[in-house]
This record gives sequence, structure tokens and C-alpha cells, in this order.
Amino acid sequence: MEATSHNFKTNAQKALGDPNLQKALGKMREGFPARRLATIARLPEFEALRDQGKAIKDHTLEHLDYYLETFERNVTARGGHVHWCRTPGEARETVLAICRALEAKMVTKGKTMIAEEIALNEYLEENGITPVETDLGEYIIQLRNEPPSHIIAPAIHLVKEQVAETFRAVHTQLDPNRRLDEARQMCDEARTVLRQKFLAADVGITGANFLIAETGSSIIVTNEGNGDLTQTLTKAHIVLASLEKVVPTLEDASTILRLLARSATGQEFSTYTTVSTGPRRPEDTDGPGEYHVILLDNGRSSMLGTEFQDMLRCIRCSACMNHCPVYATVGGHAYGWVYPGPMGAVLTPQLIGLEEAGHLPNASTFCGRCESVCPMKIPLPKMMRHWREREYDRHASPPRWRVGLAIWAYFARRPALYHHASALASGLLGFWGSARGRFRTLPLASGWTGGRDMPAPEGRTFHALWQERRRNARGPHG
Amino acid sequence: MAEARDQILEGLRKALKRGALPAEKEAELTARLAAHRPNLIPARATRLDHAGRINLFIEMAEEVQTTVVRVKSNADVPAAIADYLATNNLPSRLVMTPDPTLDDFPWETRPLLEIRRGRAGDGDLIGVTGGFAGIAETGTLMLISGPLTPTRNNFLPDHHICVMRSDQIVASYEEAWGRLRAHTDMPRTVNFITGPSRTGDIEQRLELGAHGPRRLHIVLIEG
Repeated sequence: MEATSHNFKTNAQKALGDPNLQKALGKMREGFPARRLATIARLPEFEALRDQGKAIKDHTLEHLDYYLETFERNVTARGGHVHWCRTPGEARETVLAICRALEAKMVTKGKTMIAEEIALNEYLEENGITPVETDLGEYIIQLRNEPPSHIIAPAIHLVKEQVAETFRAVHTQLDPNRRLDEARQMCDEARTVLRQKFLAADVGITGANFLIAETGSSIIVTNEGNGDLTQTLTKAHIVLASLEKVVPTLEDASTILRLLARSATGQEFSTYTTVSTGPRRPEDTDGPGEYHVILLDNGRSSMLGTEFQDMLRCIRCSACMNHCPVYATVGGHAYGWVYPGPMGAVLTPQLIGLEEAGHLPNASTFCGRCESVCPMKIPLPKMMRHWREREYDRHASPPRWRVGLAIWAYFARRPALYHHASALASGLLGFWGSARGRFRTLPLASGWTGGRDMPAPEGRTFHALWQERRRNARGPHG
Repeated sequence: MAEARDQILEGLRKALKRGALPAEKEAELTARLAAHRPNLIPARATRLDHAGRINLFIEMAEEVQTTVVRVKSNADVPAAIADYLATNNLPSRLVMTPDPTLDDFPWETRPLLEIRRGRAGDGDLIGVTGGFAGIAETGTLMLISGPLTPTRNNFLPDHHICVMRSDQIVASYEEAWGRLRAHTDMPRTVNFITGPSRTGDIEQRLELGAHGPRRLHIVLIEG
């Protein structure tokens, strides 16, 4: 997809004025965080599991070459194929070559963010192969020709009336007078339409939540069962995975699985966790005839050994965006590319460049909720700061910011001067604003006063009050 | 492709500021893989005795809309399935995997059940399978693929009825992996199933039966 991250501000403005989006986001704010909290409250070991999950990923990343080679060896031993791809282009070409060799006309797809990252659907269509999304949310947005707005709930920005409208527009083979008032009816309609696609498809493509070095397996986690029909009924199963998905053993994956669903949807365990190892065996009566794993780098290896290495622990649970006040206000599309929310703000500049995505690490209140709910304890705010520093170092930030920051830095480095200047400023503002008690507009602060009034300062500055407090506290004790 | 592989691996080693791993480190990692050492396992299920684990399994399964019926012996299984069909106004035609563990039940006692053994197809409304294990911690079934246990039977029918013995209930995923390794080489597919298929993709409203079964029913044999 074409990135619009450079338009974050305009995108966000538009999102704020979209009543359907605001209604949908309201439901999200109530849903995910409460369910997560209720589930982890039932598991006293949750915090300890977070530490272990983090340790497993850190260990794997330190020996990533070993675990990837071991994974490859075990896939090959069971009759599968591993394809190492440096770029989205290499990954797309590899998928196409596999489909061509099988003379595939239609592929079904389970939910995979890597496919979004490499813009696979557009590419397959250009080459005469029809991709069909089968996750209900992904299917809906495919029909609407929209990108996902959330990494596990891709159609979370829509209300049911919009889904009904889409189904009526596309499923023209069905009775135009049918009722589509409830989610139930829409689910049934999608189930019926997609069941025929599952049965007719030539190749099934899924993502991977984990790759298991020990056995050469891939694991997917779904609630719908679409990923299973995708990989079971077709001639070939293609797994799209980035390098950092590998973990050593099934036991290690089990530990992280205990964190994943609870952090994501607040479920104890997702409905379907499926471990796939190689193609169907000679005696089997079903399963895919071929098993391919696309191992995509696309910039991950260059995050290793840098201040962004911790990001490679991400298990794509979406807890960070579910708890982010910025995401909850503007939704996922405003971020302008595949990965939204705090994890997107850190990952996107790495994958598509700081020039395109420089706004994203700035779209944060630094409230820290993302880090506090991250099951892998990724220091997301710290990494957003790293991007801001890089942006500043590269002189990529706007001149007004730089001048403002330079002025502030001048005072901040001179405490006495800062103290006097802030006392003067607050005194003057307090005097001017004393009549109304607030300001409608202030020079250089239109961004702030555009949405609310600035209260006029009353009394002395924080510094002055703090010093007095300390003096008083010290006083009686000498 | 070989060029991409070498370049990626070389890039990883450079980022990790080392060359290929020394032999002793590699041996240490290989030993870690072979040990299958479990990490922390929550006490929720492990602190219980076997009867407690069975109760927890049922409780957790029912929490996610699985229905469970307990029967005394093999002889009661056909009647339990016939009851489920009658209660839910379902036809008595069903597809059953060729799994030999399902041969032990006296199907002839329920002659009205129309049973086809084999792979499920699109039109099959009711499917009966065996299972490999049940995991008490989250009420999760573990099913494995094989010549006599095709994976599609777990997904295509609207109603999935799974017949298991209570000695197949284990505390944790780790215990289930241990049993699997002792039983067989890694199968093509291992399905962990926790309740019937579901989606929340339209306004976060839970709907059952997205693509897989609309209902999951477990017949659990005591003993």
C-alpha cells in the first residue's frame, strides 16, 4: 500500500470529524482493556510469565542465526521449503513463482500483516491471480478496498451499517431484499460465500505467530478457523513470516501463547492455535501437498544490535494500540501505513523511512500505557524518543520546532535565568488574564488554544512554591 | 535465493558483533533444544488432583461455549450422541473419522444413527472425532492429524462432537507436548481448539460459527 504517514496531521484531523469512526473507536476503548484486565487478574503468574517471555525472545535474538538455520534444517527434513527474502520484492516474486508452478488461479489468505507489508494482494492481482481474504474483518476491508486499521481487528473502524452496505454492493448474487440488520446475519453471509472460496482455492497463504526451530513448525492463532481451512484444503500452504518470529521450542511458544491472547483480546486462549509441520504425509488423506515458508528480513536484521532491537520481541498482540489515547482518538488509518499505534510508531520509520514516517514517533503523549501493558515489556516510549532524536539530528524536524526547542534549551540550561523568566511570564500572563481567568488565544500556541482555553496562571510559579515548601520542611529541624 | 540467505545470515552475525557461533556455544543451544525444558507453568491446573483437573477442564471449556457431557463407559457414547442430536433437533446423519479409538463404542445400539466413516465434505452438518488430549488449564482440546484423523473434520461440519476418555485430560500444554512426543513423531497438524469458531470483527460483538463449527460438544468418558 502507498504510505500516507507524512500526512498524519491531516489524516488525524479527518478522523476526528468522522462520526462512524468515532462511534467505532468508542466501542474499542470500552472493550479490549477491560477484557484484558479481567483475564490477567485470574492468572497470578502473569507478571512472571512476562519476564520469561521477554527472556525467551532476548535469548533467541542473541542467537538468531543459529535458530533460523536450525528452523530451516527441520523444515527441509520434513519435506518443506524455506525461502530467505531480503526485500518485499523478493518475497512477492517467490510467492508468485510458487503459485505459477501450481497453475494457481485463486489463493485464500488467512490474516497476515506481512502480506500487507509487502503489498501482496495488489501484486497477485496484477499477475492474474485472485487473492481472497478469509478473516471476516480482512474480507470486509478487501471488499471496501481499504487497508486494515488495527493489527488484529482490521475492520474495527467500521460500524455494522457500513458492513451491510458493502455486502449489498458486492454480493449481488444474493436476494437484494434480504435482511442485514444484525452482525449475525452478516457473519452467516460471509461464511456461506467464503466456504465456496475455501473449497475452490489452489493455494492457501497464512502468516505465522511463531516459527519453532526445534521442529520446523509454524504456528497460527485465530478465532474464526479461517486459517485452518486456508491451509488444509489447498495444494500448497505458504507461510509468510519475518525473521524474528522464531523461538526455540514448543515449550517456549507455549509460554508466550499464555501472554498473547490475554494481552490481545482478553481471552484465556484463542479458539484455534494450529501447529503446522511440513506438507501432508504420504498416508494422510488431507493437508497441503506443499509447505513453503517465506522468511522475510525487510530491515529487521539491521535493528539487531541497535537501540531498536527490543522491538523485535513484539508478538503483534495489539495491547499497545488498544490502550493508546492517540490511537483511540484517531484510529489506525491516520498512521498511514500497515502498523498503527505505538508499535507502528516505532516500527514504521524503520521499514519505510523516517522521512515518510517522522510524524508517527511524535504522535504520542508519552503517557507510558503502551509499555506498561506490553507483554514483552518493550520500551516503546523510549524508542519513540530515539526516533525523535534521530529526526532532530538529521534536521528533519520543521524549523519552527527547532527554533522553539533551541530557545527553551537556552533557558533550561541556565536555571537562575529560567526561574526569573518563568516568574516574569507567569506574572504577566496572570495580570493580563486576571479579568477572564483564561485566554482564548495566545501567540505561538494556536495549536493548543484551538481546542481549549488556556487558564491564566494564578499566584507564584511551581519553582517558587517548591522552594518555599522545602524551606518550611527544613525549618523546624534546623 | 542462496545469495539472500547468506547475506541475511551474515548481516545478523555482523549486527550481533560476532562470526559463526563457537562449537561449544552451539552444543549448548542444541542441548537446550533437546531438553524441552518447560518454563513456568501456572499452578491453576497443576495444583489439582486428576479429578480436580477434569472439573477445571469442563469449567473452562463451558466458559467459552463448549458443551460437555460426562458418561460412565464406552457403552454410553452412542446414546450420548443421539441425545445431543435429538435435543438440538438435528438429523441423525453424521460423518465420523476412521479413528480406531471410535471403534470401541457399540454403535449398533443406536441403529438410527446414519454413520459414514471418512473425510468430511462441505455438506456434512455433524462430525464426530476422537481427540489426543484435553488441557485443563484453558479447557482446550488437542487434536492431531494422521491417515485416520483428517484435519478438515475438525473444521467443516457445523457441529463438532469430540469423544475423549477422562485419562486424556492433562494439566498443561507442556504436559500434552510430552505425551505427544512419547506417542509419535511431530504430525503435520496439531490443532488446539478452545470452544466453537467465533469472531468479533463486526463492532466487537461476539458471534459463534465464523468459519469453523458453530457448536463444539465433548463427550467425556469416565474411567
